[in-house]
Amino acid sequence: MSISKKIVDDFVANDVSFITTVPCKQLAGVIDEVEARPEIFHIPSNKEDEGMGLCAGAFMGGKRPAIIMQNTAIGVTINTLATLTQFYRMPLPMLISYRGELREPVACQVEMAVHTKALLAQMHIPTYHFHKESDADELDAILKYTFMCNKPVAILTDASFWGGYGDQ
Amino acid sequence: MIRSEILREIAPILNPHLVVCNIGLPSQELHMIDDNPRNFYMLGTMGLASSIGLGLALAQPKTVISIDGDGSVLTNLGTLPTIANNVADNYILLIIDNGSYGSTGDQPTYAGKKTKLEAVAAACGCENVVTCQAEDTGKTLQAAIDSKKMTIIVAKCESGNIKLPVITKDPVVIRDRFMTAVAD
Repeated sequence: MSISKKIVDDFVANDVSFITTVPCKQLAGVIDEVEARPEIFHIPSNKEDEGMGLCAGAFMGGKRPAIIMQNTAIGVTINTLATLTQFYRMPLPMLISYRGELREPVACQVEMAVHTKALLAQMHIPTYHFHKESDADELDAILKYTFMCNKPVAILTDASFWGGYGDQ
Repeated sequence: MIRSEILREIAPILNPHLVVCNIGLPSQELHMIDDNPRNFYMLGTMGLASSIGLGLALAQPKTVISIDGDGSVLTNLGTLPTIANNVADNYILLIIDNGSYGSTGDQPTYAGKKTKLEAVAAACGCENVVTCQAEDTGKTLQAAIDSKKMTIIVAKCESGNIKLPVITKDPVVIRDRFMTAVAD
């Protein structure tokens, strides 16, 4: 089974039925899989804070939401995470491509990578880092944890997890 | 008419429906005029009232009205293409356009100058965009609710504020009673 399919299977098994995405090359397979599943309403957003607003509304409407985005989005969404998701105590699994780690070909991505874990720690956001494919075995438990504690939770997925960038 | 006068006039129309209300004075005014569990007050996060309302409308069948401002829509302009391309016929976005950032001291917005949000919404692909004068907001809103078609209303009014206290309700209480009303 592909890792993208396994990830989306875990979302579906945990009743996540509303997913917003902002694209990333590493996440393309997962986004395709989200789009293909009839159990999931897929709503692409133009910016990640907008996506978190959509997720907040969907949660209050009785759906379990999730957001799929790049780690650069942490810089965009600090205010939204603090004043919406955390202030109103809402759950939000954040599947994040951890750009700027080992095997990264684009130097600028490293500039946000070096801040990513520090920012998440400063925000007191539980953070998990998938480096090897077997790390994804914990996703089911992470999703259960997120909806148990009503917090945003970060799942960082680096290039090694996704098998590198190929010939790029 | 200023925004608080519009809210006072449309409060009976809003009352039975789910309302997501913009940060700052709009929420404070609605809270003072007609506090009820069907109102979700934004205490922070400028710009996301329309996004929260759309997510809510897409997730459940009750009518949802997001009360937004021209300045807040400009802050989150990417919301309009998302709304246009994800039609929820139980969703109304009411933009109270006073051409200024009211909560921060009435600094002018670009919507009060050259930019026409109704034209932006139409260009983004929103199909039912209605512009009205402040005095007609009530009947325009009621017509949009009755149409059962997703509608963007741009209600033009004067800038100006009234003095009133901040909302001190705990955000989790606001959210919890709102979710109870949504599920009721």
